[in-house]
Amino acid sequence: MRFKFIEEKIAKVLMISASVVVFAFVVNIIYTIFRRGFPALNWAMISQIPAGGYYNGGGGGILNAIVGSLYIVLGSTILGLLISIPVVFYLNVYLKKDSKLAYVARLAFDVLFGIPSIVYGAFAFSIMIYLGMHTSLGGGILVITLLVIPIFIRSMDEVAQHLPKDLLDATYALGATKLETIKVVLRQIAPGIATATLLSVGRAIGDAAGVMFTAGFTDSIPTSLSRPAATLPLSVFFQLSSPNAEVQDRAYSAALILIFIVLVISVGGRLITNHFSKHKI
Amino acid sequence: MKSFLYRNPTRTSWAEDFSFLNKSSKDKSDNEIDNKESLRIKKSYLKVSDLNLYINKTHILKNVNLEIPDKKITCIIGPSGCGKSTLLKTFNRLIDDTEGVKYEGSIWVDDTDIFDKKTEITDIRKKMGLLSQRPCPLPMSIFDNIAFGCKMHGERNRKKLNQIVEEQLKAVGLWEEVKDRLNTPASKLSIGQQQRLCLARGLAVEPEFILADEATSALDPISSKHIEELFVELKQDYAIILVTHTLRQALRIADHVIFMYLGEVIEAGPADEIFNNPKQELTRKYLEGAFS
Repeated sequence: MRFKFIEEKIAKVLMISASVVVFAFVVNIIYTIFRRGFPALNWAMISQIPAGGYYNGGGGGILNAIVGSLYIVLGSTILGLLISIPVVFYLNVYLKKDSKLAYVARLAFDVLFGIPSIVYGAFAFSIMIYLGMHTSLGGGILVITLLVIPIFIRSMDEVAQHLPKDLLDATYALGATKLETIKVVLRQIAPGIATATLLSVGRAIGDAAGVMFTAGFTDSIPTSLSRPAATLPLSVFFQLSSPNAEVQDRAYSAALILIFIVLVISVGGRLITNHFSKHKI
Repeated sequence: MKSFLYRNPTRTSWAEDFSFLNKSSKDKSDNEIDNKESLRIKKSYLKVSDLNLYINKTHILKNVNLEIPDKKITCIIGPSGCGKSTLLKTFNRLIDDTEGVKYEGSIWVDDTDIFDKKTEITDIRKKMGLLSQRPCPLPMSIFDNIAFGCKMHGERNRKKLNQIVEEQLKAVGLWEEVKDRLNTPASKLSIGQQQRLCLARGLAVEPEFILADEATSALDPISSKHIEELFVELKQDYAIILVTHTLRQALRIADHVIFMYLGEVIEAGPADEIFNNPKQELTRKYLEGAFS
């Protein structure tokens, strides 16, 4: 056999095995969580807040953490979108291609992208102490917003940089100001916005370190922005730290719920994306 | 070579085209009629004087002086890189977005200098419908593509919008093809239909000029013929400025021709004069196909 055919075969085997390894990890994780978490899952888990002694095997559920996580994800996604869409629009429509400001801004967002969430948490915590604030839902939302903004901006920017010049020209030619092109730009980058949102929701709901200092942890459902809020990852963490095997299993149930929420949001997001990107040219 | 050249039998003299410019020479009664007429059919006017354009210190357009006749098709011809498209983009100041661009001189559109600081750039652009090389529909439905411009300029009345959309789609011969699917994405149309949609979109904001930058070069021959026929039809109401790479196209539809070479206007004049009797050696060589 000629060498290049052998080369082809080897490369193919390598590619397949790499894919299998990744897939095996995913299956393994889901299997482990299912095996330990599913039997412990019951209606009380998702409909009740922890009763007394929950972390030592008492009754109740983790509704506090589910609601807390959803609040934080919702709040930070909305805030993040409100802040990052204008940034992306400015970078791509107002600034010229080789603008220094755009270069510096993109570099800054890349750096922010790489900062671990515990650093954001510590940073926000020091500010909160300075302002005399307690751990609160509002603080948690703010720190997660900081965390997701670079994700939003970088992934939307990636799509917006490929905005056809002709499209902007066509809009200007109709007599549009730069601001008036936003309707066209948003529709064109809609798939990018959706992908960015899915990525940030995943990161926001799974983050434990950032909210540990800022949102705190509580057994009750937060009733206002100034009350502390529980989150699913921290709920998993606290239950998993228990020496009690039954409580550890509940941690897996909580992880299962977390994964389920992410799955629902992802699939829902994909469907919405398809709907919005039908106009893309 | 003369035998196959296209002649426009309805051509009026060159001086007549610009008779509206020297109203002062006419007597008063004549002038009144002229005014009444101008209320009915607005004359559009575009004049470039001493235009020099630099991009990053490269001299792109050199001392350009021209006038564009109204209600005629003006073709700008010339070899690649001679500044045809740049000139066209300067007319509606889309060139402003290019990095390092600098211009001198003036371009008069009706009674405003488009480079004047007081001139609203959007007003200028509204007067110039643009048709780009590749059709570029907006990422919206067919209906919204045409209504977008009108909505932007303040038209909110749904009935009026419906009427405008129908009218403009009919003007470009697209109505029968799309009337049952006005809410489908414009990107679903064929490329030729898209180009006609783009033309209709431009017409909906009531421009005076139509700028077309090689608007047929990306299309198949039939769609391309369709667009050409539309131009001939539309010249009754608009001044059409067409940058073209295909000499044949210019021969077929041009009333007025501008020949550019290396950023300079070498020769400009009525089509049959340029094609049959070019005054400049360079024009003659280009028309004979010595270079392109």
